[in-house]
Amino acid sequence: MENNKKVIIELDQVKRYFQVGSETVKALRGISFKIYEGEFVTIQGTSGSGKSTLLNQLGCLDTPTSGEYYLDGVPVKKMSKNQRAHLRNRKIGFVFQNYNLLPNTTSVENVELPLMYNNKYSAAQRREAAIKALQAVGLGDRLEHKSNQMSGGQMQRVAIARALVNTPAVILADEATGNLDTRTSFEMLVLFQKLHKDGHTIIFVTHNPDIARYSSRNIMLRDGKIREDTINTNIESAAEALAALPKPQDD
Amino acid sequence: MNIQNLIKVSIRAVFSNKMRSFLSMLGIIIGVAAVIAMMSIGQGSKESIRQELSTMGTNLLTVRPGADMRGGVRQDPSAMQTLKIEDYESIINEKKYVTYVSPEVTSGGQVIYGNNNTTTTIYGESPEYLQIKQWDVEKGDCFTEEDIKKSAKVCVVGKTIVDELFGENVDPIGKNIRFKSIPMKIIGVLKSKGYNSWGMDQDNVIIAPYTCVMKRIAAQTYFSSIVCSAITEELSDDAIDELTKILRRNHKIKDEDADDFTIRSQAEMMETLSSTMDTVTLILGIAAGFSLLIAGIGIMNIMLVSVTERTKEIGLRMAVGATGFVISVQFLIESIIISVTGGIFGVLLGIAASEWILPLFSMPSIVPLWSILLSFSVCVVIGVLFGYIPARKAANMDPIEAIRHE
Repeated sequence: MENNKKVIIELDQVKRYFQVGSETVKALRGISFKIYEGEFVTIQGTSGSGKSTLLNQLGCLDTPTSGEYYLDGVPVKKMSKNQRAHLRNRKIGFVFQNYNLLPNTTSVENVELPLMYNNKYSAAQRREAAIKALQAVGLGDRLEHKSNQMSGGQMQRVAIARALVNTPAVILADEATGNLDTRTSFEMLVLFQKLHKDGHTIIFVTHNPDIARYSSRNIMLRDGKIREDTINTNIESAAEALAALPKPQDD
Repeated sequence: MNIQNLIKVSIRAVFSNKMRSFLSMLGIIIGVAAVIAMMSIGQGSKESIRQELSTMGTNLLTVRPGADMRGGVRQDPSAMQTLKIEDYESIINEKKYVTYVSPEVTSGGQVIYGNNNTTTTIYGESPEYLQIKQWDVEKGDCFTEEDIKKSAKVCVVGKTIVDELFGENVDPIGKNIRFKSIPMKIIGVLKSKGYNSWGMDQDNVIIAPYTCVMKRIAAQTYFSSIVCSAITEELSDDAIDELTKILRRNHKIKDEDADDFTIRSQAEMMETLSSTMDTVTLILGIAAGFSLLIAGIGIMNIMLVSVTERTKEIGLRMAVGATGFVISVQFLIESIIISVTGGIFGVLLGIAASEWILPLFSMPSIVPLWSILLSFSVCVVIGVLFGYIPARKAANMDPIEAIRHE
């Protein structure tokens, strides 16, 4: 499929074992797949399926016990800690379940954070890029709001803007709707679908099977192995689902 | 991340926890202020002793009979009677590096005028004594060479004697006082010198011609000491050589034998005293330095808490591309900011204490510049040293665990 597209992520028999006491926990037992530019992939699995371990691999936070991982053509396995930090800074945008914004810090400053670790950006360029990213997530009017003055949905938007600001090769979302109510969750999905339409590559890790309906591809994990890898030919619109939700009853 | 941004981030972190930062600074503030105050007390006392000694003449030389006590061997009493009139005359005749000379004979006792009496010391001296000691006669005159020749029963007295015997509003000049039943006529009153730093009343003296004291009061043929002044302080050593040569010859001491007298210079005395004061200053400084050490441990403690508290922040920063090194520099700068800010306030407090508070307790104090520089650089060192462990802890965190830390 999509053979003419650029491969962003390639996993080749990636295994990750942990030594817990005398026992070896096999979290990933040989995972292979390719993700192409512009895909919106959900990685789905119950707890213990190895999806967090896989996310750590994809995010270059960890290295495989065996097998190879290429991120945007770069082999990650042999990289040092510092090289991986550099790679994350340039190629990956993280969105976490609990937003992970710096307290007492404005939206713009939060979004600027990844660029702070990139010396190519001047202060002015940083701010400009941050404002652009915030506008892209619909927070153009919340630039100087501090994290404690915002709702959960707004905070997650700031976090998504932060993931966009370094124009990454891939956006990694870890249960990005896990802490949000249904309505706000759909708002987020609308946003992710918009980003997908704009050409961003997105990997969305979740335990919620419903989310797969809105992505272009679904990888199901179980016991450290891929159980299913399906292309979604009938992507539902999150915007329509949001509109269909009953209106909030508050007055 | 460049250093400016790191400093900004660290300053913000320090300010976001004002109370905590202030309390850990407080340790440094008190420590630095204590070091500076202690140093300034030490330096101030040293300076005041030095000034006092130099008003007594820094070129003062004192010749005493008897060798230095060596190995605890008790000296023959006759050894204490070696300074004779001939020695004095030889010095007078041959002196080159010595300007003024005065033999000295002292005797303690009671002095009486009318119904009043007091206990004092009578010093038998030559008229040059007052030049050696840089002491002025306030009223009347000093005795003369003529009085020396006649062993005249005249004397110059200190302020305390006047106050004790005559009270106020009485002119003591020309009055006859009795020292150990010898009548002496007061011909001059000395300018007041007050107490010296050992708490001795320098005005409780009677100075009379040495001949008079030797013959009429102490009844002895030898001097208790000979005081001289060298031309300048720098020439003290030459003057000592000169005196040694004269006295060894006069006393017919063989080359291999030790001196039967001891010459001490004021410069030497000052040296001894200032080295003593240096030791005292050092001890005070070290004691205060310990409070700095403890303050440093306080900073380390707070930084460790801060690192643990901000585990998530560290995880996030690492996830978005911060290397361990950059993280450690961030925390190191934070602890340096705390210690250096504390240091600045400590220096100000220390100076204020030395300038305004210590003088209230009549403690001499001079703030030496080096003590400011020293305690300030110690602060930087403390910041780095005690910030290092927490910074390393932050740098070594695993981003996977840190980011999910609750």
